[in-house]
Amino acid sequence: MIPAAFEYHRPKDMEGVLSVLAEHGDDARVLAGGHSLIPMMKLRMADVPHLIDLQDVGGLGGIDVADGTIRLGAMVTQAEIIAHEGLAKAAPILREASLQIADPQVRYMGTIGGNVANGDPGNDMPGLMQCLDATFTLVGADGERQIAAREFYQAAYMTAREDDEVLTGVSFTVPSGGYAYEKQKRKIGDYATAAAAVQITRDGETCSGAAIAMTNLSDTPIFSDAAGAALTGTQVTDSDIDAAVKAMLSDIDPTEDNRGPIEFKRHASAVILRRAIARAWSRA
Amino acid sequence: MKDEITREDRVDALGGMGCKRKRVEDARFTQGKGKYVDDIKLPGMLFGDFVRSPYAHARIKSIDTSAALAVDGVVAVLTADDLRPLGLHWMPTLAGDKQMVLADGKVLFQGQEVAYVVARDRYIAADAVELVEVEYEDLPVLVDPFEALKSDVVLREDLVAEDGSLPDGAHGPRKHPNHIFTWEVGEKEATAQVIDSAEIVAEESMYYHRTHPCPLETCGCVASMDKVNGKLTLWGTFQAPHAIRTIVSLISGIEEHNIRVISPDIGGGFGNKVGAYAGYVCSVVASIVTGVSVKWIEDRMENLMTTAFARDYWMKGRISATPEGKITGLWCEVTADHGGFDACADPTKFPAGFMNICTGSYDIPTAYLAVDGVYTNKAPGGVSYRCSFRVTEAVYFIERMIEVLAIELNMDAAELRRINFIRKDQFPYQSALGWEYDSGDYHTAWDKALKAVDYDGLRAEQAQRVEEFKAGKTRKLMGVGLSFFTEIVGAGPVKNCDILGLGMFDSCEIRIHPTGSAIARLGTISQGQGHATTFAQILASEIGLPADSITIEEGDTDTAPYGLGTYGSRSTPVAGAATAMAGRKIRAKAQMIAAYLLEVHDDDVEFDVDRFAVKGAPEKFKTMKEIAFAAYNQAIPGIEPGLEAVSYYDPPNMTYPFGAYVCVMDIDVDTGVTDIRRFYALDDCGTRINPMIIEGQVHGGLTEALAVALGQEIAYDDMGNVKTGTLMDFFLPTAWEVPNYETDYTVTPSPHHPIGAKGVGESPHVGGVPCFSNAVNDAFRAFGLRHTNMPHDHWRIWKTANDLGLHG
Ligand SMILES: Cc1cc2nc3c(=O)[nH]c(=O)nc-3n(C[C@H](O)[C@H](O)[C@H](O)COP(=O)(O)OP(=O)(O)OC[C@H]3O[C@@H](n4cnc5c(N)ncnc54)[C@H](O)[C@@H]3O)c2cc1C
Repeated sequence: MIPAAFEYHRPKDMEGVLSVLAEHGDDARVLAGGHSLIPMMKLRMADVPHLIDLQDVGGLGGIDVADGTIRLGAMVTQAEIIAHEGLAKAAPILREASLQIADPQVRYMGTIGGNVANGDPGNDMPGLMQCLDATFTLVGADGERQIAAREFYQAAYMTAREDDEVLTGVSFTVPSGGYAYEKQKRKIGDYATAAAAVQITRDGETCSGAAIAMTNLSDTPIFSDAAGAALTGTQVTDSDIDAAVKAMLSDIDPTEDNRGPIEFKRHASAVILRRAIARAWSRA
Repeated sequence: MKDEITREDRVDALGGMGCKRKRVEDARFTQGKGKYVDDIKLPGMLFGDFVRSPYAHARIKSIDTSAALAVDGVVAVLTADDLRPLGLHWMPTLAGDKQMVLADGKVLFQGQEVAYVVARDRYIAADAVELVEVEYEDLPVLVDPFEALKSDVVLREDLVAEDGSLPDGAHGPRKHPNHIFTWEVGEKEATAQVIDSAEIVAEESMYYHRTHPCPLETCGCVASMDKVNGKLTLWGTFQAPHAIRTIVSLISGIEEHNIRVISPDIGGGFGNKVGAYAGYVCSVVASIVTGVSVKWIEDRMENLMTTAFARDYWMKGRISATPEGKITGLWCEVTADHGGFDACADPTKFPAGFMNICTGSYDIPTAYLAVDGVYTNKAPGGVSYRCSFRVTEAVYFIERMIEVLAIELNMDAAELRRINFIRKDQFPYQSALGWEYDSGDYHTAWDKALKAVDYDGLRAEQAQRVEEFKAGKTRKLMGVGLSFFTEIVGAGPVKNCDILGLGMFDSCEIRIHPTGSAIARLGTISQGQGHATTFAQILASEIGLPADSITIEEGDTDTAPYGLGTYGSRSTPVAGAATAMAGRKIRAKAQMIAAYLLEVHDDDVEFDVDRFAVKGAPEKFKTMKEIAFAAYNQAIPGIEPGLEAVSYYDPPNMTYPFGAYVCVMDIDVDTGVTDIRRFYALDDCGTRINPMIIEGQVHGGLTEALAVALGQEIAYDDMGNVKTGTLMDFFLPTAWEVPNYETDYTVTPSPHHPIGAKGVGESPHVGGVPCFSNAVNDAFRAFGLRHTNMPHDHWRIWKTANDLGLHG
């Protein structure tokens, strides 16, 4: 578990980061909390001749809740998300989800930027960001651009981010209504066997809108438009939930691994989504 | 104010047996000040690292080391060809087989050692490993022992004669090239007859999956050959340092007095650090060749994939009973998957360890056991993971068979156990498979346990839960797991226990210093068990000096007396006995000195806590401290100066700890998620030396039991690839997954042990695994389940529920 030799860069600003990226192309990678990247390097599954540490780069931190919008800098850690009271009030699903990621030690290091940029289908934040319809901000040689979380993921470890771009932050509208992040895992520190992020709004007895995203059940996070649509306009009865679950099941494509065979994962994801919808609806 | 020191005060001041003395080791362990093998740094030290096979079965066509050797900082790359002239390309295993040190023409399991790179630092070594080019030709892979016994594919050509015949193995005739041994115990015909003619017979097949002890610290060593004085020093993670010294001497030809083996602090062993590994041999050779010291430390994946695994037993059982539930016969057939080499660590006469304890805690008149060992393309090992020599497998087997029999009889499983327990008045009890159980009081322990958990109440609650489940009111089932285990530990009597011919006695040597403190050295080695704490307590009670004034030292073969090390819960039963016996020799001499000083006859003084006093005149006494001073500094006619003793203890019998465990578990039928609501553990380990350490051992053993029962496994795919080689997939429970344990005890001292102690390190694991597993099985009993295999992880529990039609 010793990584191949690499060059360590520690620029003071984004300009410095971009220039190393420009010089070394895909031989260079940025390092945030390192809790996904460093294990991959130690297993020699990732070969990174040039490692660019982001920790001295200014402007990548901070949690802002203002004017109905929430903005998180890329280097905000999961621990900071959990600790932030304003955020917990404005978007409680973030704390609920973060508390289900890894363990406190990992959460002190792991960042939102690393989690969403990584492209590992096991990461929890991408699905959550899709549920919240977040926007990612990327900066590269040609300046800044924005891209929707729902458009970002292409395949395992493949995203819309170009090799020479850095993700600087995520933003989304303050969510309303009920929420739930439900996750089944084998143990603390494990990625999801199945996880569901749900936000539901309610108008009297009727569901006025629902957003549903699933984690680790395909090679990307799955935003299931159809599942949300199946609930919208209904009274979220058992049969409405059945319809949403059915819609979700036709969107996911799990594979067999040590967490279990496909049949089990499909069953578990249905159970988890049911529970998430029920909890979110009860909070709406 | 209290002005008189009472006898009780004097007892307390000793910190002897029975008190909750705080662990003296913890000051350094909790401050990160332990000294482990990887903390050893010697001038000019080099690092070794292995090139390992990605294939489970392949021929090696060529190895090209030139690119690796060209790297700046690489000193040498060893292959089997380099070791052959020294006769070290193969080494003996503890099971009487031999094992390749570096691949000799072929590889037999994924991760097998192929070449050993020696470099200036571990980073250079790791890079150079990538540059060694090995050309493989893959061969058909056998991961199923039943297939292996039928296959034309020969795994071990070295064990087939040129004419195709099969020479006997270390344990007798072999019936197939991939067969290692057959071991039979008990009466085959008589047992078959009893079972075939019985009214009630229950049968079950079960697989006790392969797992791994996974100590926090992996295996490693530092070899240092001093070419000037010809002495080899070997530091390492050795659970049996003296045995390692003897083995190193036998295979290297270096005389034993020129070898010093040192086990520094060890971060957990659990059996994983008993055997001899290729890393030790290669490091020693590399140090001899280079003349500098060489360090080798495994990483986590290497540890999980290549060093000694545990279990991998396929067990088939038949058990018969009268309609009233009295057991009449037990049949057990095992197919044991030993991997590519037979590197089990069992006493020579017991190729399947003490699997013949599988009649358990029950008075079973007739029994038969047959075990077939088989080679496959998996890693070698087969150690006793926190259990003495396959006792976990045996106890799991019988405790599952009892449950299955209870189903067959439509009887309560607690009651079935009760009516079959060996009664208190039957001890010493001769078991049908050859053991003499020294002592026990099973009924008392069982009744205490069932009362503590309100067993009848639990069953009533469970029955109600089943009704609610059937009525659609809940999706959770409740399981009540029971287990009553009898352990067999303290190997063992030299007359029938040896490893590679080394008798399994143990030893203690004591030196009392003139001012009344002492050092005691033992042939064992702590890996976290707290020997420095407990052995000092034994001595304090035996010799009347405070435990805090006694240093316990282990693990340096130049200073410690010869012993067989620590595994199989043998330290207290064997070395603990040696400690007490050596202490008694000290006391005998002290008695003579005291009598001289008090000017009375030897027989007129008696030992009292911390002193010898004149019988009938307790105010006339000499403390042990005074006696120690006199022993060195006063000329006493007819008595040599000094106060020292050594004892080598050959136990007359094994010891038989036992216990009663109950687990209450809720199971989510839809997700397979388990929740342990309650775990009650009653242990009877005989005399209790330190209740706090016992409790710690029980917590640890239960946690490892939980791990094994609920998910911990070394799984292979059909190609022999290890699927669970990292801690992401290999389940190591954390505080989060672990329930609150309630511990309890009864005390039935061992009649043949000097202080009546039996050992406790492994009991909770041995008894815990079937308890957790029985809880899972029991939850589904009402729905027709007889048996489902471990590990009971989420998807397998889900599958059980699914197969029973519980998902609608
Ligand atoms: C034991 C353990 C358990 C875990 N369990 C979970 C879990 O249950 N759920 C979960 O979601 N995660 C889990 N994680 C992952 C953890 O949350 C990671 O920290 C996180 O996924 C990545 O964040 P990081 O800051 O560590 O990123 P890094 O490891 O530093 O980087 C990850 C990848 O993203 C890239 N990257 C990082 N920052 C940026 C940026 N600003 N712009 C562009 N690219 C960037 C890196 O180049 C790298 O390719 C676990 C990790 C461990 C070690």
